[in-house]
Amino acid sequence: MSGFLAGLCVAVLPLLAAGFWLGRRTARPERLGGLGTPVEHATFETLHTASLAAPPLRAGLTEETAGRSARRLRTLLGTDALCLTDQKSVLVWDGVGEHHRAEIMERLAGPLETGRGEAFRLTCDAPDCPLRWAVVAPLTVDDRVHGALVACAPRESAVLVRAAGEVARWVSVQLELADLDQSRTRLIEAEIKALRAQISPHFIFNSLAVIASFVRTDPERARELLLEFADFTRYSFRRHGDFTTLADELHAIDHYLALVRARFGDRLSVTLQIAPEVLPVALPFLCLQPLVENAVKHGLEGKGASAGRSRISITAQDAGAEALVVIEDDGVGMDPVLLRRILAGEVSPSGGIGLSNVDDRLRQVYGDDHGLVIETALGAGMKITARLPKYQPGVHSAGRLFEN
Amino acid sequence: MNENYAVPAVALVVVATVFVGAFGLRISRTTSDFYVASRTVGPRLNAAAISGEYLSAASFLGIAGLVLVQGPDMLWYPVGYTAGYLLLLLFVAAPLRRSGAYTLPDFAEARLASQAVRRLAGAFVVGVGWLYLLPQLQGAGLTLAVLTDAPDWAGGVIVAVVVVATVAAGGMRSITFVQAFQYWLKLTALLVPALFLVLAWQGDGASRPVFDEPATFREQRVVRVEDGLDLKLTAPLTVTVTGTVDGRPHQDQVLHLPAGTHHIDAGTRLTFAKGAAVPEADRGTNGGMSTSLAEGREERPLYATYGLILATFLGTMGLPHVVVRFYTSPHGVAARRTTVVVLGLIGAFYLLPPVYGALGRLYAPELALTSDADAAVLLLPDRVIGGLGGDLLGALVAGGAFAAFLSTASGLAMAVAGVLTQDVLPSRGVRHFRLGTVIAMAVPLAASAIVGGLPVADAVGLAFAVSASSFCPLLVLGIWWRRLTPPGAAAGMLVGGGSALLAVAATMAGFPGTGALHALLAWPALWSVPLGFLTMVLVSLATPGRVPAGTAAILARFHLPEELSGAHGGHGGHGLGGPARTEVTRT
Repeated sequence: MSGFLAGLCVAVLPLLAAGFWLGRRTARPERLGGLGTPVEHATFETLHTASLAAPPLRAGLTEETAGRSARRLRTLLGTDALCLTDQKSVLVWDGVGEHHRAEIMERLAGPLETGRGEAFRLTCDAPDCPLRWAVVAPLTVDDRVHGALVACAPRESAVLVRAAGEVARWVSVQLELADLDQSRTRLIEAEIKALRAQISPHFIFNSLAVIASFVRTDPERARELLLEFADFTRYSFRRHGDFTTLADELHAIDHYLALVRARFGDRLSVTLQIAPEVLPVALPFLCLQPLVENAVKHGLEGKGASAGRSRISITAQDAGAEALVVIEDDGVGMDPVLLRRILAGEVSPSGGIGLSNVDDRLRQVYGDDHGLVIETALGAGMKITARLPKYQPGVHSAGRLFEN
Repeated sequence: MNENYAVPAVALVVVATVFVGAFGLRISRTTSDFYVASRTVGPRLNAAAISGEYLSAASFLGIAGLVLVQGPDMLWYPVGYTAGYLLLLLFVAAPLRRSGAYTLPDFAEARLASQAVRRLAGAFVVGVGWLYLLPQLQGAGLTLAVLTDAPDWAGGVIVAVVVVATVAAGGMRSITFVQAFQYWLKLTALLVPALFLVLAWQGDGASRPVFDEPATFREQRVVRVEDGLDLKLTAPLTVTVTGTVDGRPHQDQVLHLPAGTHHIDAGTRLTFAKGAAVPEADRGTNGGMSTSLAEGREERPLYATYGLILATFLGTMGLPHVVVRFYTSPHGVAARRTTVVVLGLIGAFYLLPPVYGALGRLYAPELALTSDADAAVLLLPDRVIGGLGGDLLGALVAGGAFAAFLSTASGLAMAVAGVLTQDVLPSRGVRHFRLGTVIAMAVPLAASAIVGGLPVADAVGLAFAVSASSFCPLLVLGIWWRRLTPPGAAAGMLVGGGSALLAVAATMAGFPGTGALHALLAWPALWSVPLGFLTMVLVSLATPGRVPAGTAAILARFHLPEELSGAHGGHGGHGLGGPARTEVTRT
């Protein structure tokens, strides 16, 4: 018997949990009965209906969103028919008398032009059609007429004209908010594009200088380096897509390191430890290379011109649903307080925008709990950890992985 | 069996697993080896890893046990387990990889842009994972109990502890290598003893058809009945009894039992003479907890077979630990190639368990009487070969069996823990992943202590049925049908998967025992899969307004090869993706 109960529990628990969760998700606010006077009750009902009609319209005025809010708007006005139009056509007709579509559109030319509301009598041959009057209220966003709300009723009514005007104004506000949403999205996109790391001009000068120094002494080496340089710049300047794969990014880092090694020779040793499972992870384009560049810079700074080697290690581990990328150097390190202020955007760092730029982009793409984690102190080197989710909605690498 | 060899073998497997897991990646490389260090996982390695993770206790022990007890009809199990990958290859592998999803909830979100469907899929991943973990732990318990005198729960606890410890300590970092290693270990552990067994059988004459009906004892054999059972005799049987039969106590007496059903009490020793037919045991009446699904099968063999075929063919694609492995493939084409190799590797492996089952019918037929038929693979080397050789081969098999538990259990634990961490526990992070792993193992471990021993292959079959009824419709319709909506997907998963889950729960709880209803509940796939598909299609058609925006673009990404979709984004320049050219010549 205990076995029976246990088996039942094992199977029913997930279902119960799912049911509970669905219920919580879909639960409406408590029925408003027993709350206040009938007038207050009616107010609540109206506000509730209005709030239900709002979300679809926040996506802008299209056939789909209009269709999803029209019924609620008609409930709000209590008319026999209601239609929403844009500049050219009727988007949705809710209620009776749909044969008036064409007529309404003809009569709308004026109000859509002037942006002023009006009421007019409908001509109708159908004997049982209750619609005799139509009230037009334009929908305006930033003083431009986007469409109109038309309420049809059996008789002329000043109340309906007033109510339709108010509802139209309310809809207009929602559409303005939709506009605002759109511009905010565009702003974020522009920001991401602007943040897209640029390769530093210093790097280009230095690389070309190094290659130039090899041209006479070792032309073959110079040729190889030029090809590395070409590969790296091709990757950095590519236009399509904001995302790449970890494998591609690591190859770019390899080209970059080849050029750096040409300049600093034995003073730099790099070790790699990469789990093959995480190579297909998609990540923002050029978001690890600046970290490596940073490590190279810090690592070499501490050692002076002649002193010993600088070690850099790059590891990428598989950690469940995330990839863990760690870039570590044993260089001069950094004052944590200063670093914190740089990341917070309070001071602009001396050389390049590497770290804070990468941090910003990771937070933009993956959310605030996926920023860089940096462990450092003066003279103690620096360890930078980035956590990259294996899957994030909207993050797809545009290209194809390297074939090896 | 001599535990002097088996226990070190099991320990060796555990240590080797932990070692490969922890140090497979520790070989640091310098930049000159860059191309070696950042080489993506090739189809062959990935396929071995998928096979290693997939071949569980059900495959290693269960199939042989079922073939031993019920004969060649059970060959549908290995066929089904393998053919599932054919459907995966045809319908799912490449688009799933191109979707960029890591887990099944990820796929639901990528396709339907709905958090609600994502969480529902997560709940089913946890449900299927737990159902699948249960038989792994029970199998481990059985193995250890057969090898040593450990109590039944010990093996499960060991597997759970090893898995939680290695996963939580981050020891599964090079999981691809671990799982690939496990595949070859498992194959070796079955193949080498099988060769010796077949040789011994050849030396033994080998003339007798293995699937003689009914199986007979080759020599005088004492069987101790541990749980009490009903013997169904179709012919009179002569047996020496010490204990209680049909309520009457006997002491070393020779009994002539007439045809019919006889009840044997727990603790009774039966001594069968050489050449006696092995009677059929009916375990259905002793409390219900260990009812074999064979009951339903015997009553409605055709229905049960089709139910099994549907569940295994369609269920494979929804197994959470299999799906995550496809993420490792660098692109859709590689995912497809991987699946082809998996078909080969798994097909090769599944040739072996039936050999053990068949030889088990010859050499250890009394296992069908006790509840230890699943132990056939473990006991055969000792029975057939014996001596030091038998002990060593037995140890090899035991090691392989533990590899099976460890690899499947760790894969499942990671998949379940991933979902728990991402969608259930409050915040993400390494510590929560450890907590998730503990929960992922603790629940099935507790359940395995309470719920009685269903044959492992049957229990895994139930997990397949739930997967087939919930994830198969989601994946197939999600990839191939553009009118799928979030409410449709949610309803389909709830109705199809939920009903299968309830049927499974009822079956595991021993309800309703026998009859047509039992067959329906024990093999739910035949009605629950169409139900899931139908609900998903109908609800989707009823909510046409909820088709997610951008469905066309998403499906294009699922189905277009990567070079093309890359070029689609303005890549160009490599010839393939440019605008179509028209050949113009002067006429």
